[in-house]
Amino acid sequence: MSETSSTEAREPSIPRQPGARRTLLEVDQVVLRFGGVVALNDVSFQIHEGEILGLIGPNGAGKTTTFNVMTGVFKPTSGQVRFDGARVSGRKPPEISRMGISRTFQNIRLFPEMTALENVMVGTDSRHKTSVPGALFRLYRVRPKPEELPQVTSDVPLLRIWQQVRRTCAQIFGLSRHILEERAAEKKSLELLQFVGIEGRANEVARNLPYGDQRRLEIARALATEPKLLCLDEPAAGFNPAEKEQLLTLIRQIRDRGHTVLLIEHDMRLVMGVTDRVVVLEFGTKIADGSPDEVSRDPRVIAAYLGESVDAA
Amino acid sequence: MMDKVRATEARRRAALNGIADRWAALPPWQRLIGVAAFIAFLYYLPLLGIPGLTWLRTDSIDGGNSWAGVLFTCAIYVLVAIGLNVVVGLAGLLDLGYIGFFAIGAYSVALFGSTNSPVVKWMQRTFDLEPTWAVAWAICIPLAIALSLTSGVILGWPTLRLRGDYLAIVTLGFGEIIRIVARNLTGVTNGAAGISAIPGPEGAPSADNKIFGLQDLKPWYWLAITVVLLMVFAVRRLENSRVGRSWLAIREDEDAAAVMGVNGFKFKLWAFAIGAALGGLSGFLFASRNAFIDPSQFNATLSILFVAMVVVGGSGNMVGVAFGAVLLAYLPERFRFVSDYRWVAFGFAMVVVMVLRPQGLIPSRRRARELQDRAKEAKVSV
Ligand SMILES: Nc1ncnc2c1ncn2[C@@H]1O[C@H](COP(=O)(O)OP(=O)(O)O)[C@@H](O)[C@H]1O
Ligand SMILES: [Mg+2]
Repeated sequence: MSETSSTEAREPSIPRQPGARRTLLEVDQVVLRFGGVVALNDVSFQIHEGEILGLIGPNGAGKTTTFNVMTGVFKPTSGQVRFDGARVSGRKPPEISRMGISRTFQNIRLFPEMTALENVMVGTDSRHKTSVPGALFRLYRVRPKPEELPQVTSDVPLLRIWQQVRRTCAQIFGLSRHILEERAAEKKSLELLQFVGIEGRANEVARNLPYGDQRRLEIARALATEPKLLCLDEPAAGFNPAEKEQLLTLIRQIRDRGHTVLLIEHDMRLVMGVTDRVVVLEFGTKIADGSPDEVSRDPRVIAAYLGESVDAA
Repeated sequence: MMDKVRATEARRRAALNGIADRWAALPPWQRLIGVAAFIAFLYYLPLLGIPGLTWLRTDSIDGGNSWAGVLFTCAIYVLVAIGLNVVVGLAGLLDLGYIGFFAIGAYSVALFGSTNSPVVKWMQRTFDLEPTWAVAWAICIPLAIALSLTSGVILGWPTLRLRGDYLAIVTLGFGEIIRIVARNLTGVTNGAAGISAIPGPEGAPSADNKIFGLQDLKPWYWLAITVVLLMVFAVRRLENSRVGRSWLAIREDEDAAAVMGVNGFKFKLWAFAIGAALGGLSGFLFASRNAFIDPSQFNATLSILFVAMVVVGGSGNMVGVAFGAVLLAYLPERFRFVSDYRWVAFGFAMVVVMVLRPQGLIPSRRRARELQDRAKEAKVSV
């Protein structure tokens, strides 16, 4: 199974027809039942590489549940999810993460007692290999790139000699993979914290961060796993209009970095501003799929949202 | 009254954090000197003769136990606490049967190293060996580690898929099963009669042993503290690595960790195996020095004591749990008048600690911050 996935993953991303883009993820007739409750009823849609797809719908429509099926938290009752041509449903979450799907959570789920930096590093760790023997004995050596070699910087003669010895040893014997991975993880995590705009809080414990920064930290942590597809579950919840605007910019930047984005959002206007395409769910069923313009004119969508605002009132 | 207590508490915590901060701010070479001085002091401890500090010695009171012997016990308990801290404090798995691994380590050296053990006697008969033959002490070290580690994996494999409370119950049962098996499997373990003549570094205990004898316990302490320091070094390495981060992530939110690519089962099993190996190593040292073991030395109350050392000291913080272990091993020895009421005093102290310092005496810094945060939240909601 993994062989087919790897060959298909290397399939060139040249559009087959002009204007059509390669399908990255395909949700295919997914049904999910919880006892008697049908949370997802024959849902099908596709995500194309490089787009920002909005997934909207009233509360309880099944948006988060769709994420949970896509990331391996729930196994669909029937139907399947394919990612990059390989089957996702039935695999465990860590495996799916390695395939290239990452997500944030509607109700923030950081590692509260770890620092912001450590939270992101857990994400980068998913691309690394060091385990207990590697961290303990550090015998696994790799040849460092020239810039990774220890530098000779000191003016004190004795220290200088010591640094020279270390440099020479690293040239001859290489450096431990553990050390190089630690450095890479820290560097990339700091860069991601900077990207989402909270590098100043790197050493603060996650639970002490303000709400908005926690949301941003979740995005940085998800990006750290190097996902092809990033799923954001109501990232703007609880944001004021200015913060929402910043978030939109961030989402566009994420796409420009080469990630495909799936965005769950409650606020229709927000979705219209940033998405290329929108899928609408209601009561676990897909009721619309198209450009933001088309969808916002769809009578069923309008009815669904009207009904909801009446309920909410 | 309660407010006053809290205020003192806050000041003390600030002072503690202040010490830690100042320590972290020192240049590396100064920290190196500090650590070296502390290690030197640890090796000097059994000879402790500094006026004013000699009252710390347990033999400074009537009928007190050998000072080096008490230090040895402290070192063993510290080793236990460091191992259990990997399981409970870092990976967040409540293991109430840690004594089981301790017992397996102890019985490894007893069964294979002592000429009085039925196993060695059987080997002598089967392979036609001399009656003085037994497995060498040095070979028993990897044997004890391998056996306890394996038992950790065998216990962890099916049970680590269980969550929280279930794991606690299963491990509690495991600890008891090991003890009951040791008592009832008379043909292998001598049952309740126990096994004597367990070897040390110089072979079977005898009056001729020059260094690791029965009278002078200082070398035993020096051996144990060396092992402790090595293991502190090793666990530190794991803590500050991808492995340590995975453990914390699992402890904090296992499902979120899985979605972020952490293979929860694998790292929980590693934590369990490493904890088991350290427990086995402590049991090994305990049995070597004691020269005699029987099943009654491994009952469930010790398991609870082990968990208490970790919780009282500060779960998740190696310095904290080591401190907790030293306290619980040392105080009853030095203050003999409490030892009659040991368990009452112990229970009372536990309650006091848990009320005043729920995160332990020297909390993990991250946890300390969390607690302050919760206190703030609580104030807002009231
Ligand atoms: N673990 C679960 N067990 C039972 N029902 C669930 C579970 N998760 C979600 N549901 C149900 O599935 C439906 C969709 O929920 P959800 O996906 O969270 O909606 P939303 O679109 O607001 O994210 C709801 O009716 C919810 O009650
Ligand atoms: Mg939701």
